[in-house]
Amino acid sequence: MVKTLEKVDVVVVGSGWAGGIAAAELTKKGYKVVGLERGKAQKRDDFVGSKDELRYDVRKLMFQELNKETLTIRNTLDETATPNRSNDTNAINGTATGGSGVHWNGMVYRWLPTDFEIRTKTVEKYGEEIIPKDMQLQDWGIKYDELEKYYDQFEKTGGISGEPDPLRPGQRSDDYPTPPMKETDIIRTFTKAAKDLGYHPYRIASANISETYTNPDGETINACVYCAFCESFGCDFGAKADPIATVLATANKTGNYELRNNSYAVRIVHENGKAVGIKYVDTETGDEFIQPADLVVVAGFTFTNTRLMLLSEIGKPYNPKNGTGVIGSHLTAHQRNLTHTRVRGFFDEKKFNRYAGTGALGVTMDDFNVEQLDHTKLDFLHGFCLRTSQRGDRPITNNHVPAGVPSWGKEFKDKSIFYANRRIDVQQQNGALAWRENYMDLDLTYTDMFGDPLLRVTSKFHDQDRNIVRYAHQRGKELLEQMGADYITVPEITDETEFDKTSLSDHTGGGVIMGDNPETSAVNNYSQVWDMDNLFVVGASSFPLMGSSNPTATVGALAYRAAEGMIKFLEDGGGQLVKKEESAKA
Amino acid sequence: MADNNTNNPKNTNEVSDPGRRSFVKNTGIAVGGVAGGALLGGLFTSRSKNNNNANSTADKGTAKEKRYEEARMYFTRMADFAILEQAVERIFPEDDNGPGAIELGVPYYIDKQLAGPYGSNVGDYRQGPFKGPKTSAADSSLDRGQIFINGLRAMDMESQKRFDTNFIKATEDQQLEIMTDFADDKVEVKGITSKAFFALLRSTTLEGAYCDPLYGGNRDMKGWKMKEYPVAIASYANMIEEDKFIKMDQVSLTDYQPK
Ligand SMILES: Cc1cc2nc3c(=O)[nH]c(=O)nc-3n(C[C@H](O)[C@H](O)[C@H](O)COP(=O)(O)OP(=O)(O)OC[C@H]3O[C@@H](n4cnc5c(N)ncnc54)[C@H](O)[C@@H]3O)c2cc1C
Ligand code: SF4
Repeated sequence: MVKTLEKVDVVVVGSGWAGGIAAAELTKKGYKVVGLERGKAQKRDDFVGSKDELRYDVRKLMFQELNKETLTIRNTLDETATPNRSNDTNAINGTATGGSGVHWNGMVYRWLPTDFEIRTKTVEKYGEEIIPKDMQLQDWGIKYDELEKYYDQFEKTGGISGEPDPLRPGQRSDDYPTPPMKETDIIRTFTKAAKDLGYHPYRIASANISETYTNPDGETINACVYCAFCESFGCDFGAKADPIATVLATANKTGNYELRNNSYAVRIVHENGKAVGIKYVDTETGDEFIQPADLVVVAGFTFTNTRLMLLSEIGKPYNPKNGTGVIGSHLTAHQRNLTHTRVRGFFDEKKFNRYAGTGALGVTMDDFNVEQLDHTKLDFLHGFCLRTSQRGDRPITNNHVPAGVPSWGKEFKDKSIFYANRRIDVQQQNGALAWRENYMDLDLTYTDMFGDPLLRVTSKFHDQDRNIVRYAHQRGKELLEQMGADYITVPEITDETEFDKTSLSDHTGGGVIMGDNPETSAVNNYSQVWDMDNLFVVGASSFPLMGSSNPTATVGALAYRAAEGMIKFLEDGGGQLVKKEESAKA
Repeated sequence: MADNNTNNPKNTNEVSDPGRRSFVKNTGIAVGGVAGGALLGGLFTSRSKNNNNANSTADKGTAKEKRYEEARMYFTRMADFAILEQAVERIFPEDDNGPGAIELGVPYYIDKQLAGPYGSNVGDYRQGPFKGPKTSAADSSLDRGQIFINGLRAMDMESQKRFDTNFIKATEDQQLEIMTDFADDKVEVKGITSKAFFALLRSTTLEGAYCDPLYGGNRDMKGWKMKEYPVAIASYANMIEEDKFIKMDQVSLTDYQPK
């Protein structure tokens, strides 16, 4: 029997950045919030002494357990999808208190003004004809200038360490709250080469922060000690801005927040076009509950957000054949086997302290980003950042050798040891645009532990996706030549390079996208569902495209904007926060 | 604590460059007070103090010490384990850099992993049908333990077929030939592709060479020493800006974790 619990003001699915920000802002205003988190309870004590590469980075201890739920994958509409069975194929999602925000790298980027008005700007500059036939370019219904204050708020909450991008003057209302991280030999080498080539490098803004900082909510984050166990790990030192150290702590302090761990949300319960609450299963006992609330917030990352909408039958599912419907559309990602590939430079004479570092310690540049490029001369749209970072190479996962060296045996061993500290990688990260037949829906064969259909991902790479990466790799190669690398390996992107399980990415967006027209978007610019006023779906699921850098600052900014909307909604007695008729021009 | 010396790189050292250039000289750097000393102080027990000389403690007496973990938890047939030993040594051989997979404890590491949740895919999605290409170990309906048994026995059969002898009795070149064909997906293995089996064999070999010694591999931290990888150093804040390469002693979790 499903037990219905006592009603609260707000129920929030997920305790990551998106759910955490909503919880903090609402509880500060006095609203009673219940958070539901499928993963276990976790706090900073769990991370002390956790420098175990095998357990955390290789076996992915902090990631979603796929035995409970996974994705199925296929390339085209006429294929049968197969499940992504194991985290060693590719791990994507966080679980447990704080979500992926606990074991993230901490690279913080603001997306570009063009990203939010991608269609308008592209057409303005090049005309409609430049957009490939099956590409879906759509504005967000909000502009960078309106979002700026929320980016600022996210950066101040996290104490982010950085310096402004020289190519974006006038786009910031304030400096980063803390100065950039320390500079390393790798950073100096990259910066010099980039400047010599006439580019505009600047330091990657970092949530592993440069000095101890107390945020506007009164939470203190310690100075990072460059211990090099950052990505895939919780911070041993309380030095990484994460939801546990910041927004969840703020929510807890108010006495108005209750986080229930091991609580798996399975449905958004709704009646007469209004969300009533969340149905969830206590995975420790198997008991089912409904948590009723006046306002329902779904912030379980792209995949859960999309799947809960589909399972709960809210909104119109997207149909790739005729392009109708919205839920599941605009799936975009920084794919691991494409976007995330790296050009590697090997140096015979130079040795770097690659074992030391932090998740976001690095330098980046936007000289090839969407606004700097002339696309009439190129075979792709959008653009990319180029960067290098020094995370601290751990030995199991870093055994890179120059091209031509085998991947095992005598020569491999010798060279992988020789080059362990003699390497600089240049990474590109490109904007990813949506395609008509790349989408998500419910699988027909495979189910989760509760018997509900898994989310099915249908996705294929297009020439555009490959071309931009190939072009970026060449720019990366030039940078490494300028640095004086003895060998440079450029990943081979052939026409056969295709979306598969190794492409899955923590930078995946879409499914419940934001826009200014209910016909072509699922939520308004407060992340409020057009079809259900008291339901907010928050996170990268609302991205109509994936920008050319890491997504979380944008998730955070949209979450602050959404929280403002939720408070407005609760204070003003409900209703749509964005007038449909005014804005439904598109 | 300010006296936490695990942060301190050696003052001077000569780093031998495996297989290549003879020596790279590093100027020593003096390290001042530990950055964020108060912060670190709260986190570390006195255990880490004892580790200033991880090299000498670890090296001392290892030859004589009885290794109680050198017994099989997963493999029932000695013959299978013997193939495993040969195979991992071919992937990560002993050379001028230092020990190979056997001396590092890799076969016992793999045996322990297969006996645990990893070996039986406890964290994986295992619902059928297992359709589609078996491109990775996880896509097979066999669990990882079974994949090892089938794969290793297939290597032995291949050796019998080609060279009329057991894999462990074949010459190194013959073993390498067989393994190359496995890696290139040219051999039949029941329930999995030979390539996917080989990828699993390779990845677990590297794990065993470089994991924390608590797992039974990377004996005496010799894998880490070869790579000049210091591991669980509390803070690199004092040296992160250095231009020169700085060699440090290794710190394992036994020495790092609070007790
Ligand atoms: C290894 C790694 C490194 C990264 N590095 C960076 C970086 O450097 N810079 C950057 O910008 N981004 C980075 N990211 C991405 C970043 O972590 C995400 O963008 C961000 O965490 C998304 O926040 P979220 O709150 O939307 O989702 P999540 O952090 O995924 O939080 C969602 C929460 O909801 C819970 N949940 C999901 N489904 C359910 C359900 N059905 N019931 C109950 N609870 C549920 C999950 O367990 C999770 O805790 C990284 C991600 C990973 C995995
Ligand atoms: S590198 Fe910095 S932020 Fe990352 S885990 Fe270590 S101390 Fe924490």
